[in-house]
This record gives sequence, C-alpha cells and structure tokens, in this order.
Amino acid sequence: MIEFDQVTVTYDGALQPALRDVSFTVPEGELALVIGRTGSGKSTLLRAINGLVPHFTGGTLAGRVLVDGRDTREYRPRDLADVVGMVGQDPMAGFVTDTVEDELAYSMESLGVAPDVMRRRVEETLDLLGLADVRDRALTSLSGGQRQRTAIGAALTSHPAVLVLDEPTSALDPQAAEEVLAALQRLVHDLGVTVVMAEHRLERVIQYADRVIEVPGGAAAVSTGLPAERMVTAPVAPPVVELGRLAGWSPLPLSVRDARRAAAGLRSRLDSPQPARAGVPLGAELAQCKDLVVSYGSVTALRGVSLSIKAGEVVALMGRNGAGKSTLLNSLVGILSPRSGTATAAGVDPRRTNPKRLVKAVGLVPQEPADLLYAATVADECSTADSDFKVTTGSCRALLERLAPDVPLDMHPRDLSEGQRLCLALAVVLCGAPPLLLLDEPTRGLDYGAKRRLVAILRELAAAGHAVVLSTHDVEMVAEVATRVMVLADGELVSDGETAEVIAGSPAFAPQVAKILAPLPFLTVGEVADALDRAS
Amino acid sequence: MRAVHHLTLPRALHPGAWWLWALCMAVAASRTRNPVLLVLILAVTGFVVSARRSDAPWAHSFTAFLKLGLLVIGVRVVLQALLSTRSQGNTLLFTLPQIPLPDWAAGVKLGGDVTAEALVTALYDGGQLAVMLCCVGAANALASPRRLLKSLPGALYEMGVACVVALTFAPQLVTDGRRVRAARRLRGRTRASFRTTAMPVLEGALDRSVELAAAMDSRGYGRTAQAPRAQRRLTALCVLLGLLGILLGVYALLTDAMAFPLAAGALAAGVLLAVAAMAVGRQRVSRTRYRPDPWALPEWIVVAAGAVAAGAMVTAAVRGVNGLLLAGPLVVPPVPVLPVVGVLIGLVPAVAAPPLKAPLTKAVK
Repeated sequence: MIEFDQVTVTYDGALQPALRDVSFTVPEGELALVIGRTGSGKSTLLRAINGLVPHFTGGTLAGRVLVDGRDTREYRPRDLADVVGMVGQDPMAGFVTDTVEDELAYSMESLGVAPDVMRRRVEETLDLLGLADVRDRALTSLSGGQRQRTAIGAALTSHPAVLVLDEPTSALDPQAAEEVLAALQRLVHDLGVTVVMAEHRLERVIQYADRVIEVPGGAAAVSTGLPAERMVTAPVAPPVVELGRLAGWSPLPLSVRDARRAAAGLRSRLDSPQPARAGVPLGAELAQCKDLVVSYGSVTALRGVSLSIKAGEVVALMGRNGAGKSTLLNSLVGILSPRSGTATAAGVDPRRTNPKRLVKAVGLVPQEPADLLYAATVADECSTADSDFKVTTGSCRALLERLAPDVPLDMHPRDLSEGQRLCLALAVVLCGAPPLLLLDEPTRGLDYGAKRRLVAILRELAAAGHAVVLSTHDVEMVAEVATRVMVLADGELVSDGETAEVIAGSPAFAPQVAKILAPLPFLTVGEVADALDRAS
Repeated sequence: MRAVHHLTLPRALHPGAWWLWALCMAVAASRTRNPVLLVLILAVTGFVVSARRSDAPWAHSFTAFLKLGLLVIGVRVVLQALLSTRSQGNTLLFTLPQIPLPDWAAGVKLGGDVTAEALVTALYDGGQLAVMLCCVGAANALASPRRLLKSLPGALYEMGVACVVALTFAPQLVTDGRRVRAARRLRGRTRASFRTTAMPVLEGALDRSVELAAAMDSRGYGRTAQAPRAQRRLTALCVLLGLLGILLGVYALLTDAMAFPLAAGALAAGVLLAVAAMAVGRQRVSRTRYRPDPWALPEWIVVAAGAVAAGAMVTAAVRGVNGLLLAGPLVVPPVPVLPVVGVLIGLVPAVAAPPLKAPLTKAVK
C-alpha cells in the first residue's frame, strides 16, 4: 500500500538530509509504528506519505514514494486526499470549521462527495468513534480525547485507504488514550485501513503494532521489522519489554496480558523480598495551598484544595484533562489569582511578589514551552537565561547539553522538534534552580532517553533540597521519579499519598510492572532488578 | 406540509434569515432618534436573542455588543460635555474649567459651560448608534458569522474560507497574548517589550497558520479549482464590483447621499453583476455541501417580520410622521403609533423561528 524506495529528503538550507536512503513497504491493512528519538525525522517521514514533504514544506525528495500506486511526485497532497487521511500532532491546529459535524464533513465537501453519501458517512463515523453525543458541540468545548477522535474522524470520512497519525496519544490522559487506540484498532481490524503512526509512548501502542519502522536519525539507516523481534534489541523499549528481557522470557511479551501469563515464575522468585525504597528526608515546607478556590467565569477549576509540599519531595499531579492540574500550578506562580483561599510558594505570596524575586523562589515550565523562549538562536536563549536568572555564564547551556546533547546551538528555537524545544525550556527554568520547581506536562513528545535524563536531573534536584511538582499523564515516569502522587478530579483533590499506595491499585494509573506483578508492590523494572540481585 | 416548513419542529434557522432580520432592525433604528422607539427596538432584539440563541460560545456576543454600545454612548456624552457650545440650547447644567486654546483653534472650545440640551442630544445620537450595534450583536449571537459564510455561493468559497480562518485567529491571538504575558513573569521580567510579547504571539500565529494550511491541503482544499486563472480572476472581480454596487446603492437609498435614480441604478447594476458572476463561477465548482441550511417558511416569516419593522420606519420617515425626530432635545418624547406597531412586529421571530434542538443529554433524561 505504501512504498518508500530509496527516499532521501533534504530541506532547503540544511546541510544534512532529514531522511537518508529510506526503503520500506507497508502492506494493506497493517498498523505500522514509527519510532525513533526526538527530532530524528519521524514527522518528515509521515509527511512524505501524503506529499506534504516536499510539495508543502519545500526541500528536495530523491527516490520515490508510492501510495496506492500513486507517485507523490505527480500528486499533490490535495490530490491524495481521497487516499491518505492525515492527523497532525495538535488536532486543534488542523480544524477548519467550528462544530464536530461540519469538521467531519469538511474533506468530503472538498472532494465533492454526493450529499446523501456524506450524510450517511458522517453518521457512521459518529458511531464508529463514539462522537454522537457531541455532534453539535463547538470544537473548542471538547475534551482532549474527543478532539483527537474528531480529528481522526475528519480524516476518515473520505474513506482513505491509509491513515497517518503523528503522536495521537501523547497529549492525552490514559483513559482518553485508550479510547483513541481502541478506535484505531477497530479501523485496522474491521475496515482494513492501513495505519501509520508515530508515537513515543511505546507502552501504550506497541502491542497493537504489526510492524515497526525505526528512524534512528543522523546517518544510520531506517530499518523495519516485526515488533517482537525489534524489541529484543531496541535501545528504547517500554517497561513490559524491559521486564521481559530481565526475566529472559521468550517470546518477548508486548502486552501486559501476555507478560502476566509468563510472570508466574518471576512472581514466586520475588515473593519474599520487598522493593527497597529509601524514605525521603523531608525539609522545610516549600508549597502550601489552603482551601484554594480558582474559577474562570462560571467554571470552577479548583474547589477547596489544601496541600503542603516539603523540600525533597517529587510530587506527581495526575487526573484527566481539565481536572485542574494546570490551574493549580499556575496559581502557585501567581499567574492566576485565587477566588478564595491562599497559595504560597517557598514562603512568598506569588501574586504580591516582584517577578524578579519570584523566579528565585519558584519556577514553572508551562504547557506551551515556546512561550518562554524569545531569542533567535538556542545559544542566545541560553545566554539570556543566564542573565535573567543571574547565574554564572554557561550554566543553562550545560544543563541543555545534559538534557538533549544533540540540539544544534545555532538553530531558531521554533525550528526545533517539540521534544527538543521542551528540553530547552526545561534548561532555561532549571538553570535558575528555584527551590520550588513546577513542570506542566514535561514528558509530551519526549523519547525514553530524554525522559531518563530528566528523571536523573529531577532526582538530583530533590536530593539537593528542592521540591518538584510535575503534572503528567505518564504513569511510567511517575513510577520512576515521584515520591508522592496527588490525583485531582473535577477541581478537588481526591487522593494524596505515597506513589506506591496511590497508583499501584488504580486501574488507570498503575504502571505496567505493577499490573504484571500484582499483587506484589513493585512499580519499576529497576526495583525488580534490585530485588532479584538481593535475592540471589 | 414538509418538515422544514414547521414552525415548531426544532432546527437551526438559516443564518441568512437571522442576519437579514437583524439588519432590518438596524435600518429601523437608523430612521429615528426618539429614545422611546430606540429602547423599544433594543428590547425587541434582546427578547428575540434570549428566546432563540444557542449555548455556543458565540451566543454571548449580544452582551459584548451591549457593552460596546454603552461605551459609545459614554464617549459621545463625555466628548460633547467637553466640546459643547451653546448652539443647542441655554439650559445650563454646570460649568467645567475652560482650557484656553491658541488662536489657530478659534471656534473650538474645551471645557466651559455644559448645557442639558447638548448632553441629551449626545445621549440620543449615541443611543442610536448603540442600538444599531446591538442589532449586529443580535445577528452574531443568533447565527455565527461562520455559518453565514458557509452558505455563501460557491463562487465566493475561497474568500469565505479566508474570512473563516481570520475569524478564528483573532480570538486566538488574544488568548495567546494573555498566555505569553503570563509566561514573561516566569522569566522574571516585568517590562513588556516587542521581543517578549509580540514576537512569540506572532510566531505562534504564523506556526498555526502554516499548520492549518498543511491540514487543509491534506484534506483536499483547492482540489477542484480547474478553471483557468484569468477566468477565476474575472469572476472574483465581477463579484466584488457587484457587491460594491449593492453596498453603494443601499447606502445611498438610506442616507439620501445620491439622487434616487442614481442610487437605484447602482443597486440594480450591482445585483446584476453579482448574480451573473456567481452563475459563471458556479460551473467550475465541484464542491458539495454537507447539510445545507434549508430556506423554508420560518425563514420567510422571520425576514418578513424584519422587513415590516424596517418598512414601517422608513415609510414613516418618508411621510414625515411626527415623533421619529424630536422637536427639541428637552421635550418629552412622543409615542408614534405606526412605528411602534411596526417595531413590535419585529418580535415575531421569537415564536416563528423554530426552537433549537435540546442538548442530547437532556432529551434522554
């Protein structure tokens, strides 16, 4: 269905090609998963499928891309609209109309589909993706999962043979991600749609994939293979695979269900030893909320949240999209003013403190990291950050090099990949080393390597007496780094306790290792390896 | 009777009908400075809006326009107080300190005596503009301008899409600006500069438009325009000229800026040009339209109600019926019967327009 034949893509003005000598085939009805590090060229590969590269982005494409027998050299993206449906990273940015139903019909209108056919397909798609309840709603009023499903539906109504998705679940909470993946699974199994999808969150998607396309970036060659085979040696792998490698299971399980069936032996070997968890020495109180109420107009985002966070803690803030996580973080830096109650950060009232002094007390990496970046090059950005936070020259760049070693310093921050940009914003805020550090969804678009480096830095900060609060949907990251988890629902704090207590028992928030080894209280592969070491 | 003709069967009214009705109410307001009639027009539009608006985000625009109207009145009154001369009357209210102006500004007076006549005239004039603004606000609240653009003729499709995209971007820029301003605090900066405020907002907007363009391209936008470029341009030009002619004609008819035959001629020529261009343009468009809004009995009734209201006022104005314009600023405003009845007919859409569909969740309960 899709055939890449020695494809090399070079953008205008770039010294290195973004993709080099890529050849692979994806047969009809398969779900192909594109993996690779942040900024390795996954988006370029996806956009080459419907001709956006090079027709829309410019640059040169050598070699040949065939989709359903059509050569993208002769067909523009709009001429391929009936064969390839494209869903971008941010669904909101791709919406053309303002209600769900109109959005679903848009591509069919452009293709000139007859009105009665259009009506039928819209109804079918509404049912297929479970959108019938929100059909009249404005797109801006939808939740993240509903938006993503609408975007998929909008690409589907023209009955394309190929559906291309760029990180469809990275911004979604675990429940919404499952809705989207279930919908995709139905498309592949029942309708025979060929799906090509890029995703960093392998733990969510690897079990559904029929084929893995690995884009290593740089000069290394793109390779494809079966998921189970690739995972044996892949440098990036979800916890279920790492556990399988550790226990020496063969064939390697890719889903929690398969791993659980293989895990009986491992569970009995682990029966006596408990995971060793060092108690955290707690310091002074660095964040405090007392009966905090925040509302936007008639919507109450937080109703009566009280909490206290001490130095040395890493707190994960969880909950579905719109539960009030960002609102809580924004109140702690004084971007939002409470309707009643108080929020205190490192002993100061963030609303009444001069920003220059406030950044010495609390730092926040916002959800849109680009908002923090002003300079024209990465190097400039680092030196302005040094002077903004009055730290020794070069400290921001040193942090950036630790987080993302391969970010080109002469690039414009907007031209970086989403993950690289996030690393830059993280480095900017981290170089101030504020006692209280807040991170709003720091793992969106980050690959496993960058996540591992982020975890190491956060642990170091906590050990050095900082308090870290991160809002995230990434349960694996939470299991690795958090000492305490708070779950928000509908603006209220519904649970607050040690990580193991809160997430191990929850069906939505339990990490893969906990699901596989339940009822044993292990959360990460590292803990299991430790326990096995001690047992032998 | 076909389903679309039912007055009580829930559905969304054609946006064009709402806009025509609202424009008719605005025309009615443009014919009078009698505060009784102006308040009556405002009440009629407000009532219809509250009876038939949806709960979509844009449905709140009536309040926004109402506030804008109050602002217009306020500005008008304050300016009048500052610049007032005794030309309108002699009832002295109070005296502001007068600021001496240089010789070249002779004839202009800043501060000084403020008369009741001047203030009341300003209030009525501002009120007229405010009520007309509210009529536009009513149209906005009842039918989003995007839906109106959707029912544009095929020849104007590209232009319509451009407008739709612009309409989304304006509010988005405001939210972006707010977010970027908040983020500036996080870098410990207090002062705004072009680099730290406008740049991130503009870059964000540019990124988004590129993203949207890519999405539209992938979804087949522009795929069907196979006509030669020259023909396409000619059609677009004809459409624009036609619309200009219509605009000019209507304006001239309403304001006596041109002689009647000239104005009518401009209007007729404009209509002819526009219709011809659209008929030609239509042939090349192979787009289809999903669930086009029907134009049936309720639409006709709504438009007719507006036309009666506007017609009554215009007729009254032409015939010189007493009470549309006040004899002097400080008289008690009279209540002319014909215009009042006409304006009240503008209320009909509150019952004649089909009600909106109840949200699904409520219907299930």
